[in-house]
Amino acid sequence: MDGPQDLGGKRNFGPINPEQDEPIFHAEWEKKVLGLTIASNGLGHWSIDEGRLARESLSPQQYYGLSYYEIWYEGVTALLKRHGELTDAELAAGKALQPGLRTDRRVSGEAMPKVLASGGPSERPQSSTPLFCVGQKVRTKLVHPAGHTRLPNYARDKIGVIQALRGVHVFPDTSAHGEGEQPQWLYTVEFDGAALWGPDAEPGLSNTIDAWESYLDPA
Amino acid sequence: MSFREGAKISDGHHHDHDNHLSDMDAKVRALQTILVEKGLVDPAAVDVVVETYEHKVGPRNGAKVVAKAWVDPEFRAWLEKDASAAINSFGFEGRQGEHMHAVFNSPEQHNMVVCTLCSCYPWPVLGLPPVWYKSPPYRSRVVYEPRKVLGEFGVELPESTKIKVWDSTAELRYLVIPMRPAGSDGLSESELADLVTRDSMIGTGLALEPEQE
Repeated sequence: MDGPQDLGGKRNFGPINPEQDEPIFHAEWEKKVLGLTIASNGLGHWSIDEGRLARESLSPQQYYGLSYYEIWYEGVTALLKRHGELTDAELAAGKALQPGLRTDRRVSGEAMPKVLASGGPSERPQSSTPLFCVGQKVRTKLVHPAGHTRLPNYARDKIGVIQALRGVHVFPDTSAHGEGEQPQWLYTVEFDGAALWGPDAEPGLSNTIDAWESYLDPA
Repeated sequence: MSFREGAKISDGHHHDHDNHLSDMDAKVRALQTILVEKGLVDPAAVDVVVETYEHKVGPRNGAKVVAKAWVDPEFRAWLEKDASAAINSFGFEGRQGEHMHAVFNSPEQHNMVVCTLCSCYPWPVLGLPPVWYKSPPYRSRVVYEPRKVLGEFGVELPESTKIKVWDSTAELRYLVIPMRPAGSDGLSESELADLVTRDSMIGTGLALEPEQE
């Protein structure tokens, strides 16, 4: 989606300002947002892709106006509401007003270490032959989808070279919308900086993205 | 304008900032209460997540991987060929590190990692990302002006060094293997690991020289 999250190449966000001796969290509530989000993910209602879609569906005013963990709070509450596990009335009341649905999927404290250690691999069995090979020239698609995509704006309709095949992975563009995993070959595509940024590119710059097969055409 | 955790772009006043934090504190406590009451979240599981990423998993993990790659050519070759397996051999695995790829700096090429679309970061080896990594300035700029960005981290590379910026647009997570610093001959693997900074494994820094440590 051409949403506020697609930041590559945008201007005027200012200096990086790395914080010296930055703490891991800046407030107690941030810890809880992280923990509640990961615990809620464990209910299995949504994929990682749907989770990203929830956060990038915030308006630009919200997305740029909120801190990182505020965005996560907005994301997890939207997901819980969409899947029937939370209502606005409950948030207003500050207490449960109806039973949870997937209480059988609740991740216990004892089970959480294993959930964190196993993660959620996106690679799937290779049931098709890849269309592209290493060294091949490809052109990324010119698209502006209303839904979720992981093809950033700055790398659309650009010619690059396949640098590596990364196996077959869950396709976020469908997975984010509850339309199934529809796994595809994933490639690392490398672009010359000037092909993306024109004559103003810093000399010696190259960029890579990881692109699913349907993002690419032969060039 | 700066992006700080807990701070809105428009927050110019410390007073507003404090109110804002207490507001979030109340909202998040309410959310936890509701989800626990509904039987959807075990508060002990929330504590495990926080404990894990606050105290157990962090850039010390990645530093051990880098130090081993510096001293052990066989390990380095394994890391190059199958980073997930090589890293898993330390017991570093799991969420946001399921599919790892290591990229090696050299005098000819420097590597930098970003996630322009969200905040993808190799948690099992680096822990949680710093605020700047997740914020619009880094995410927007590093893809077209990495040298200027490096300058803001106090890093200047020779003009002849090429820079490759890896955008983590899929579930592959990148670990930069910085160059072994000058003057580090004869140091043990664990002494070498002390030279490996978090930023050097993102590509916004270099490994420390022994006297900088």
